[in-house]
Amino acid sequence: MAVLVNKQSKIIVQGFTGTEGTFHATQMIEYGTNVVGGVTPGKGGSSHLDKPVFNTVADAVKSTGADVSIIFVPPAFAADAIMEAAEAGIALVVCITEGIPVQDMVKVKNYLQGTKTRLIGPNCPGVITAGEAKVGIMPGFIFKPGRIGIVSKSGTLTYEAADQVVKAGLGISTAIGIGGDPIIGTPTKEAVELLMNDPETDGIIMIGEIGGSMEAEAARWIKENKTKPVVGFIAGQTAPPGRRMGHAGAIIGGADDTAAAKMKIMAECGIDVVASPADIGKTMAEALKK
Amino acid sequence: MNLHEYQAKELLKKYNVPVQEGIAVDTVMAAEEAYRQIKTQTGNNFAVIKAQIHAGGRGKGKIEGTEQRGVAVAKSAEDAATIAKNLLGGTLVTIQTGAAGKKVNKILVAQDVYYPGPNPVKEFYLSILLDRATGMNVIMYSTEGGMDIEEVAHNTPDKIFKEWVHPGGPLQGFQARKIAFNLGLSGEAFKNCVKFVTNLYNAYVGLDCGMLEINPLFKTSDEKIIAVDCKMNIDDNALMRHADVAALRDVSEEDPTEVEAGQYNLNFVKLDGNVGCMVNGAGLAMATMDMIKLSGGEPANFLDVGGTANAQTVEAGFRIIMKDPNVKAILINIFGGIVRCDRVAAGVIEAYNKLGNIEIPIIVRLQGTNAVEAKKLIDESGLKVQSAILLSEAADLVKKAVA
Repeated sequence: MAVLVNKQSKIIVQGFTGTEGTFHATQMIEYGTNVVGGVTPGKGGSSHLDKPVFNTVADAVKSTGADVSIIFVPPAFAADAIMEAAEAGIALVVCITEGIPVQDMVKVKNYLQGTKTRLIGPNCPGVITAGEAKVGIMPGFIFKPGRIGIVSKSGTLTYEAADQVVKAGLGISTAIGIGGDPIIGTPTKEAVELLMNDPETDGIIMIGEIGGSMEAEAARWIKENKTKPVVGFIAGQTAPPGRRMGHAGAIIGGADDTAAAKMKIMAECGIDVVASPADIGKTMAEALKK
Repeated sequence: MNLHEYQAKELLKKYNVPVQEGIAVDTVMAAEEAYRQIKTQTGNNFAVIKAQIHAGGRGKGKIEGTEQRGVAVAKSAEDAATIAKNLLGGTLVTIQTGAAGKKVNKILVAQDVYYPGPNPVKEFYLSILLDRATGMNVIMYSTEGGMDIEEVAHNTPDKIFKEWVHPGGPLQGFQARKIAFNLGLSGEAFKNCVKFVTNLYNAYVGLDCGMLEINPLFKTSDEKIIAVDCKMNIDDNALMRHADVAALRDVSEEDPTEVEAGQYNLNFVKLDGNVGCMVNGAGLAMATMDMIKLSGGEPANFLDVGGTANAQTVEAGFRIIMKDPNVKAILINIFGGIVRCDRVAAGVIEAYNKLGNIEIPIIVRLQGTNAVEAKKLIDESGLKVQSAILLSEAADLVKKAVA
């Protein structure tokens, strides 16, 4: 069953009837994901993509027993949507929305403390357990089922890694897109920990980027708890300091959050660090043979 | 988004944060008039004239080709006119601007804060920023004001204090008092500092600042606490709810190519290398830059075309990258998921034909949905475009192009 989501997960879509919500919910359903309904305030009682629409997350949970929510709500309202899902008791909230103000996420992070809700994202491609459930915007066909887990701050770079893994004769258990914002719900270490403890995952690919200290924190945890190979890559080795590289969190602030500094500590903690993104798949295949 | 000092000070005043008073002007005549006004207000012959650019180190920086510093004291209206004439329209080169410097379009004529009084003046440092590790805002402060704070942090880390603010509420009174105590203040100055810090934190949150730095934070000879300089950065994601602040954007401070790219919704950062790149997704774009370097080139830019790589975005990307004469090759790296690669390939061919005069090698790597069909389209187009499917193949092609 890998981690976070599987065939049994009951998923609702917040921002269900919007353009993004409609498009990606359709793709998720086509993949075989168990989408049980959606939420759009004011459209409760109607039906969309042959699934019921609710006014509130609480209504949706009551009627469908949903335990996972994916959010496609615009940035100005996304923080509210996350807190609504947590209040309704949703166990896993995946927030795809890009562009949420940082101070909103400061509040969300505080709000979630002490609740049983895990947040993935925001500004992420979502989570996919290959062959079981796609709770995200990633192209499902790339993720052939297998026993390699992926943790990544980036969308297309995750697809690239998954594709290389498959071409190396392996497959994916669960890929977790944790998001590229400065404040995210599930940091690298927690996502790696889930996969390290998963009996259906044999190896972990950890993809980070410049900015922040999450990779270093994960690396130190891995050093103490490693039971399977971890291959690491950090994007932004050529990024200049002080400039934001697309992702809100991808900015070099000091000497500790450069790609070089992160790669160094990762290598010291027993991670197989690759310099080129073209080497991720083959390095994992080699690491598994050791 | 970065703001000028004079803009940031105006915003702070709305939150009752005392600042060094001043008048921003853009002509020599207005500078003279501003000097007279400041003189009348303060009853002091001295006024400080400060170049308004988005970079620090102005006091030590000089206007290109002259000895004029970016911050100077005027003792008379004539003095003010001379300094204004030297600064306005000149290019100020500081330790932070790089050799190219920044053009001065505006100057701030401000009060002299070193006026005489019963007690000695003091300079402190204070900034508020996000601590990513804890997900909380943190106030960083020091008794060592007016200096490069990174140097202070490096040489005397014990002189830097930090106060984390609980996300659930405002800055608490005991925290504001702790800051004032740690800065060694007492009496009136202590009370003023508590008010200053409390209001400053409200401004930081209320304006959705990404970073707010007051250096120096100043205690005057009559025990007032004021912001003499202010660096303010606003969270771009929050500009949607601050239309008044968004209107303060000064595009003349930004790279013109980056501004143009923004109009096409392209995320572009100009770099100094010789291989341009166009990629979908920020992480893959950074990874592609890294790969260019490993292949013996240097990335000329960061460019994320986002989720919709079509003929229009590709054409805009080509135009923007080719403005840079240093670019010797362009690598397009698209991982097609929801976007079909054959559509992107058709877009590349259309944009290429439309531009007509591309003389540098173009390497197109398309992987994902319909990658094989896309490669066939490129290979059979008759254009001087090299195609690849695997990332390692693209790296090899870059290697040949820069060899």
